[in-house]
Amino acid sequence: MAVLRPFDKLPVLNSATLLLVGSDEGLQQELAKAMLQEKKSFKISIHLATSLPLPSEGDHLRPRIDLIVFMIDIKSKYSLKNVEASLAHVAASFFLGKVCFLVTGVGRVNYCSVEMSSIWKLGEVYCSPVLYCELELERIRVATAQRLLRMLQICAGHVPGVSALTFNFMLRNSY
Amino acid sequence: MTKPTAPSSPGKASPPAGPAAPKKTGSSPTSGRHKYGDLARRGADGKRVQTAPGGEGRSGSLLVMESADGAARTLASTGRLSWGLPFGRAHGRGGLSPSGRLLVQRNLDPQATALLLRKRWALYSVTPLYKFSSAHLKAYAKLLSAYIAAEKQKGVAVEVGVELDIKVAISSLPDLKGSDQDEAAVLVQLSLRSQASQKKSEEKLVWSGWFCSVCGDDLSKNMPADFTCLPVFLANGAESYTSIVGSWFQKTFDCCFHRLAISPLSLSWMAAMWTGCKLEENASAMELVFSVPNLPQSLDISYAIHAEDAKALWDTVQKTPGEVTQEEVDVFMDCLYSHFHRHFKIHLSATKLVKVSTAVASAHCDGIIKFLQSKHVIEVLMLLTELAISQIQ
Repeated sequence: MAVLRPFDKLPVLNSATLLLVGSDEGLQQELAKAMLQEKKSFKISIHLATSLPLPSEGDHLRPRIDLIVFMIDIKSKYSLKNVEASLAHVAASFFLGKVCFLVTGVGRVNYCSVEMSSIWKLGEVYCSPVLYCELELERIRVATAQRLLRMLQICAGHVPGVSALTFNFMLRNSY
Repeated sequence: MTKPTAPSSPGKASPPAGPAAPKKTGSSPTSGRHKYGDLARRGADGKRVQTAPGGEGRSGSLLVMESADGAARTLASTGRLSWGLPFGRAHGRGGLSPSGRLLVQRNLDPQATALLLRKRWALYSVTPLYKFSSAHLKAYAKLLSAYIAAEKQKGVAVEVGVELDIKVAISSLPDLKGSDQDEAAVLVQLSLRSQASQKKSEEKLVWSGWFCSVCGDDLSKNMPADFTCLPVFLANGAESYTSIVGSWFQKTFDCCFHRLAISPLSLSWMAAMWTGCKLEENASAMELVFSVPNLPQSLDISYAIHAEDAKALWDTVQKTPGEVTQEEVDVFMDCLYSHFHRHFKIHLSATKLVKVSTAVASAHCDGIIKFLQSKHVIEVLMLLTELAISQIQ
């Protein structure tokens, strides 16, 4: 199954799964570690990938993915192209609140190789929120980990009364 | 069966969807053989490793043209014009790129040419100067030389040993401006005169710096009357003199100097725009230098392309002469990157572009510029003015 679908597997009790897709593996590891260190009331498992599609051998072992975060490094155009190529392998129903774009490296404006308007366009076309962060600074890394953890909790359905789609709508209307 | 139809209503922005082949200008492609110019890669220990140039002769770089065609066809139909600035000011200048606004190409006189060309200028952005008047330049020169002498007495010495006299000359360069609203450029020159001989011919120019503004209307239109807008400062010479002169100007005119760094996005705009300029004969090759991050030893990759090939590629990408869009710059750079990837399997888009060098000018991301052709100096200054203004605002 080359395309990721949101609801083709059963959920596991009191747990949530996050998939990080991005070309920089070191940054992904750091963000994952920061998220695992946070206090949380449910089990999380974080999967890291450099691009989609995910290898089909582990497909039956993989749990249901609740949130996909595409990481774009503003210093590398290659990461943007990588993300754009991977988006084709995600089913359309994922974009109803279960996908988010994370732009890293925004602390160094002078190193920027990616036009901001192309990232905004990506967020608009795919109806998904775009978050900005600088993962080299620990404070911001911890704050980003907390934000993503909260989003993951909502997308996995652990917050009664708020669905992923409602949350997405609220985020986008606040721009 | 679908027939490509021309758009009937003039209001439609999208081009016809049919496979219209873009015009191929430049040389005719020779059969089969392609040439990728003179590629050299500098290894980690600094040695220059030359790969085989692959024969002489100008071919149209057949492979490169193909990728330009394919990429040009997939362009989005609405090209949003924005010149290189990532945050804010993304909507450009109301529809025209900087090169579209150039009114007159002024030819600089030979004296100015000798001063400007072929020197490495460090770039600074300067906030507006308070109560600066171009009528008092001689008085400013006297004050500045007194300040430099005082600094030397204080022990912030720039020359050790021989007692040398620093002579300061401040003059105005009226040719270096874009429109009449711009202020005339101001040139500051420091020359050494040994005290032993009083002859004027013994003076040696040790440092020069100049303020200028080309089409800096965005900054100057809302300025109160006492302020003079000269946002770009270029300095050539010892760093110690630059700091002394800079601190004098900051104290006297209440302005701020900031080092102007050029982002890789702006550098790729410069590469595209300067390649589009008319070619001289024996134009030097276009060279791009990339630095690879996240490696234990730093690696620099230098990618050189013949000027004619680069211009031929740019001519197939650019749709409207005189206008440059972000999409066209992206396609141009993507063609160069994919060509490199095809041969070396290295993704240049994951590296950082640090230096661009063409026949017109050369720019480094630390804010160092070198002018190589006198007739394009004003255009380059216009780009630099825009960068400086965006840093100030």
